[in-house]
Amino acid sequence: MLPVTDHVVQIENIRKVFRVGFWGRRVTAVDQLSLDVRRGEVFGFLGPNGAGKTTTLKMLMGLIYPTSGQARIFGHAVGDPAAKAKLGFLPESPYFYDYLTSREFLSFYGHLFGLWGGALNKRVDELLDLVGMTHARDLQLRKFSKGMLQRVGIAQALINDPELVVLDEPMSGLDPIGRKEVRDLIFRLKESGKTVMFSSHILHDAELLCDRVAMIMKGRLVACGQVSELIQQGTTQEVEMVIDRLSPEGLEHLRLLATKVVLNGERVMVVLSNQRQVEESLEVIRTARAKLVSLTPHKASLEDLFIREAKGVQSPVEARI
Amino acid sequence: MKVLSIALNTFRENLRDKLLYNLLVFALLMIGSSLLLMRLTLGEFHRLLLNVGLGSINIFGVLIAIFVGIGLVNKEIEKKTIYTIVSKPVARSQFLIGKYLGLTLTLFVNTLIMAGGLLLVLFAQGVPIESMLFKALGLIFMEFMVITAVALLCSTFTSATLSAIFTLATYVIGHLTADLKTFGEKMDEGMRVVVTGLYYILPNLERFNLKGNVIHHIEVSGTDLLLIVMYGLTYVAFLLMSASIIFQRRDFR
Repeated sequence: MLPVTDHVVQIENIRKVFRVGFWGRRVTAVDQLSLDVRRGEVFGFLGPNGAGKTTTLKMLMGLIYPTSGQARIFGHAVGDPAAKAKLGFLPESPYFYDYLTSREFLSFYGHLFGLWGGALNKRVDELLDLVGMTHARDLQLRKFSKGMLQRVGIAQALINDPELVVLDEPMSGLDPIGRKEVRDLIFRLKESGKTVMFSSHILHDAELLCDRVAMIMKGRLVACGQVSELIQQGTTQEVEMVIDRLSPEGLEHLRLLATKVVLNGERVMVVLSNQRQVEESLEVIRTARAKLVSLTPHKASLEDLFIREAKGVQSPVEARI
Repeated sequence: MKVLSIALNTFRENLRDKLLYNLLVFALLMIGSSLLLMRLTLGEFHRLLLNVGLGSINIFGVLIAIFVGIGLVNKEIEKKTIYTIVSKPVARSQFLIGKYLGLTLTLFVNTLIMAGGLLLVLFAQGVPIESMLFKALGLIFMEFMVITAVALLCSTFTSATLSAIFTLATYVIGHLTADLKTFGEKMDEGMRVVVTGLYYILPNLERFNLKGNVIHHIEVSGTDLLLIVMYGLTYVAFLLMSASIIFQRRDFR
């Protein structure tokens, strides 16, 4: 058990019910969600579109109020100025004051933290340099591309040198180069000791970046932990074998063992699902004097887990209300 | 300081908004057009210049207050810019008051420009300029402050279109509250309570109208003026407080 101070974000049984439409039909966006984010880690908050990721992050930022449950940031209640002072937030597909130039834009946010004068100018220049936007510092935001907006958005989230950076879908809508830049930036933040929490539905990015992830579906937490742990849990490590010159008897034997057998002329491809099957198959190959061309273990990915969990959560949200 | 930087940012936003310049140009054209109208009247052209001039300033200022005012909060929510502000250590009420002061500053500068235009016309035509004119301009500005607060209050709970309608309605009714009172007195008991209640709740905007006094050279005592200003400021405070309470409870979806 980690000491409490190491928990930067603590969410306990948080729940949000929205009323939608003319009749105020109740829809549960987030349901009894509990998780925590620890100091210094990169935490991925994953789930399909509409799973409740943004709603949860908005509750953490004090933009919407939970129906029940509570969340704490640095031990303070959400919305407490003391917590907000140590926090940086980038909203999803950000829209900013497009009549401002990048410098004016960042200076404005600096003022909100009580930064003025030389210290502020220095910080603004540093940040523009960090996100690679120095060339556009006197350009109005209305002339920016989506990638450029995302970058000044990240700079905006870092203006107060926050200890916790919360990014809502920081990679969405960016080209591969932009995504890599955001990934590098998150790595850099981690190296400088910051805690980063970001939401995404792009699992590849999360797998590369995160120490731990939480996966939510239809407002409920379905998995939470280290990426490697989650991938191994319940998933079978499949192994693919390609064999040449296999005798008909050997083939028959393998058909009994393997989950899948594909014939391609002289060549046989078999898929095996556990270690025992692999060892028996190797024995068969040896006795049949066949030639083993390749043996490839198939590493399970977060995507497999994601799809498996998505299949498990089929009931509509309304059914639980 | 946070309120101030939000106010200055709002002021800058207004300055870079084309709507404002369109309205301002129209206002100056209207004031200028009184010079043409003057040729159509027999004598009394001093009155006409003052009437058209002060009227134009009033109408265009109110239009700016309404159409910029309703967007103050709504635009921030629609464009999601408010997400980044509220997640910073800024109280929602600070945000609201900053927005309000920003537009008030814009209106102040606009009133100065329009008043400058009017003074120029009056000076060119040799109309004597009395202190009463400045008192009237001051109270016109006070009215803008009330209307802006009404627009801000509406925009904390409803859409831009409905806010515009509500604020415009408040402006019109606000100038007719005296009639509302007379109307109420002729009603039976139940309705009288409702109509008299409305009379007290709605702003009495006619109190800020000194155009007649300027034209007919009727003095207003310092005490009266002070009372009117106090009334305006209290009303603004009441509106901003209500707006803050509603805004504090709102979810930004």
